[in-house]
Amino acid sequence: MFRYIIRRLLISIPLLIVASFLCFGLTTAMGDPLAEWKLQKPRSEAEIALAYERTGYNQPFLDRYVDWAGDFVTGDWGETVVPGNAGKPVKEELLKAFGVTLRLIVAAELIALLLGMAVGVIGAVRQYSLFDYTATGIAFVMFSMPLFCVALIIKAGGIEFNNWLESIGAGRWLTMAGPPGEGFSGSLGQQIYQYTGAYILPTICLVMIQFALYSRFQRASMLETLNADYVRTAQAKGVSQGRAIFKHAFRNALIPIITVSSLNFGAAFGGAVITETVFGWSGMGKFLVDAVTKLEPYQVLGFMMLTAVFIIVFNLIADVLYAFLDPRIRLD
Amino acid sequence: MTSPVAQAPAPTSGEASQFDSSNTRKQWQVIARRFFRHKAAVFGLVLFVLLVLFAFLGGALWKYSYTDLGFRRYLPPSADHPFGTDRLGGDMVAQLIRGTQFSLQIAMVVALLSTVVGVVLGSLAGYLGGWVDTLISRFIDLLLVIPGLVIAAVLVRNSFVVSVAGGSGGSNWVIVALYLGLIGWLSIARVIRGMVLSLREKEFIEAARALGASTWRIVFRHILPNTVDVIVVNATLAIAQAVLLEAALSFLGLGVQSPDTSLGLMISLNKNELTLHPWLFFTTFTFIVLISLSVNFIGDGLRDAFDPRQRRVKA
Repeated sequence: MFRYIIRRLLISIPLLIVASFLCFGLTTAMGDPLAEWKLQKPRSEAEIALAYERTGYNQPFLDRYVDWAGDFVTGDWGETVVPGNAGKPVKEELLKAFGVTLRLIVAAELIALLLGMAVGVIGAVRQYSLFDYTATGIAFVMFSMPLFCVALIIKAGGIEFNNWLESIGAGRWLTMAGPPGEGFSGSLGQQIYQYTGAYILPTICLVMIQFALYSRFQRASMLETLNADYVRTAQAKGVSQGRAIFKHAFRNALIPIITVSSLNFGAAFGGAVITETVFGWSGMGKFLVDAVTKLEPYQVLGFMMLTAVFIIVFNLIADVLYAFLDPRIRLD
Repeated sequence: MTSPVAQAPAPTSGEASQFDSSNTRKQWQVIARRFFRHKAAVFGLVLFVLLVLFAFLGGALWKYSYTDLGFRRYLPPSADHPFGTDRLGGDMVAQLIRGTQFSLQIAMVVALLSTVVGVVLGSLAGYLGGWVDTLISRFIDLLLVIPGLVIAAVLVRNSFVVSVAGGSGGSNWVIVALYLGLIGWLSIARVIRGMVLSLREKEFIEAARALGASTWRIVFRHILPNTVDVIVVNATLAIAQAVLLEAALSFLGLGVQSPDTSLGLMISLNKNELTLHPWLFFTTFTFIVLISLSVNFIGDGLRDAFDPRQRRVKA
C-alpha cells in the first residue's frame, strides 16, 4: 500500500510538468495580456518596450516557460503582468482566494454528503414510497436546473427577505459580498449573526446541487446491496431488519459514494465558480475567472498547479479508500 | 462435436440467420416495451419531441420572426405576445424558438462528439492495453487537471480559432459545441474502458480471436454491442449536461456570442431582469429546465429498460 502511494505520487510529477507546459501554451494562445492596455491610450514605443521587458513577454515562449518553472520550484509563483499598479504577487493572492473557498466548500460539501446519504438510504429502504418519489423528483429537478439561475433566484429571494426583515424593524441579515475581510466582530451572538448571514445563501446553493447527486448515488448503490444475496441470507438467518440494513447493506453501499465524494472534494478546491461569482466571494473560482478574463498567464498557472495537487491527491485517496473498503481490490 | 441428445438436423444457414435476426428484434422489443411502460420516460420523450418541433418548426409557424424588433420594449405577457417582449422590443416566443434551436443543436453535437470520441478511445485503451492504454489514460488525467475555463477562453478568444470556425460572420455556436464535446468525453471513456477491460477476458472474445477476427472486428462487433446500454444512457444524459454547461459558459461570458444565440446567452443577458421583468428570466429558465428534465427522464427510463435487475419497472 505504502509503495503504491509513493509510486502514484511519483507518476504525477511528470504529469504536473506536462500539464504546466500545456497550460502555459494555452495562456499564450488566449492572447497578449498587454493588448488591451496598449489600446487604452496612445503609448510611446519606449513605454511599451519597458512593459514587455518587465513581464518577460519580449522573450520567446520556451524561455519564459523555463524562467517560470525555475522560479516556481523555488517558491516564487510570479507576478501579474497587466500594467497599472505594480505587479501583484500571484502566490499571496491565490492563497487568500484559497482560504475563502476552503471556508465555503468544506461545510457545504459535508452537509450535502450527509444529507444525500440519509435521503438516499431512506429512499432505497422505502422504495416507491411517497418519500422516495418526492426525493427522486426533487433530485431530478435539481439536476436539470442551470446552477447560476438557481443562485440568482436564491439571491433575489435573499434580497426580498432582507427587505421584509427591514420592514418589521430588524436589520438586513443576509449579506451578499462574501465574508468580511477583517473577520467577524462583536459579541458571540453578533458574530454568529454575521457568520450565518454571510454563509447561509451560498451554502444552500452548493448543498442543493451536490445533494441531488449524492442522494441518487446512495440510493442506487443501496438498492443494489439490499437486493444482494448476502443480505437476503442475513435476513433468512433471522438478523433484525435494522442490522441487515446497516451492518450488511449500508456498509457495502458506502463504497461507490465514498469514491464519488472524494473525487468531488478534490475538484471542489478549484472553487465554485458560479456560486462565488453570484454571491461576490473572492474565492478560487472568482480568481480563475478574473485571471482568464485579464489573460494573466501566471495567475492561471498558479491556479492550475494548486488545484492539480488537490485533484491528484484526492484521486489517490479515492483509490486507497476503495481498496480499504473492499479488500477484494488490490492495489499494485 | 455432437451431443447425443441433439437429434434435430442442423438448421440451414438461411434459417439460422432468420432465427438470429428475430431474436435480436425481440430483445429490442423487450427494451422498447419496458421503456414505454416507464411513465416518466414516456412523459420525457413526448416533452422532448414537442420541444424539438417547437424549435425547428416553430419559426415557420409563429406569426413573428426573431428579426421583428419593432414592438414596445418590456411588454408583459399578453394575448399577442404570450411571453412578452424583450429589452430590444423582440417577441419573446420568436426569440425562444431561435434560442431553443441553437441550444438543441449544440447539445446534439456535444452528445454525438463526446460519445464517439469517448467510446473509441475508451475501448481502444481497454482492449489494447499497454502503451495505448497508458497514453490515453494519462491524457485523460491531463485534461482533468487543466482548468476547463482556460481551454474555453482559448477557443472563444483566440482570433485564429475564431477565424477558422467562420470568423465574425457567425458559427460561434460550433466552437462552443466543439469545446463542450472535447471536454465531455472523459467520463464515458473511463466507463467504457473499465467495461472493456472485463469483457475482453470473456470466453466469446477468446473464441472470436481464435477464429482469426481482426482487432477492429472484435472491438466493434463483439465488445461494443455489449456496452450499448451504457453508451445510449450516457449519450442521452450528455444532452442535458450540454444544455446546462452551455448556459454556465454564457453566464461567464465564454459561451455563444451574438449574432448566434442560445438559451444560455438569452438568460445571461436577462439576468438582471429577474425582479423588474421576471417573464424574460423565467420563460428562458423554464425552457432550459424542460429540455434537461425531459432528457434526464428519457435517460433514466432507458437505464431501467436496459437493466431489468434494478426492477424499477415491473416488466
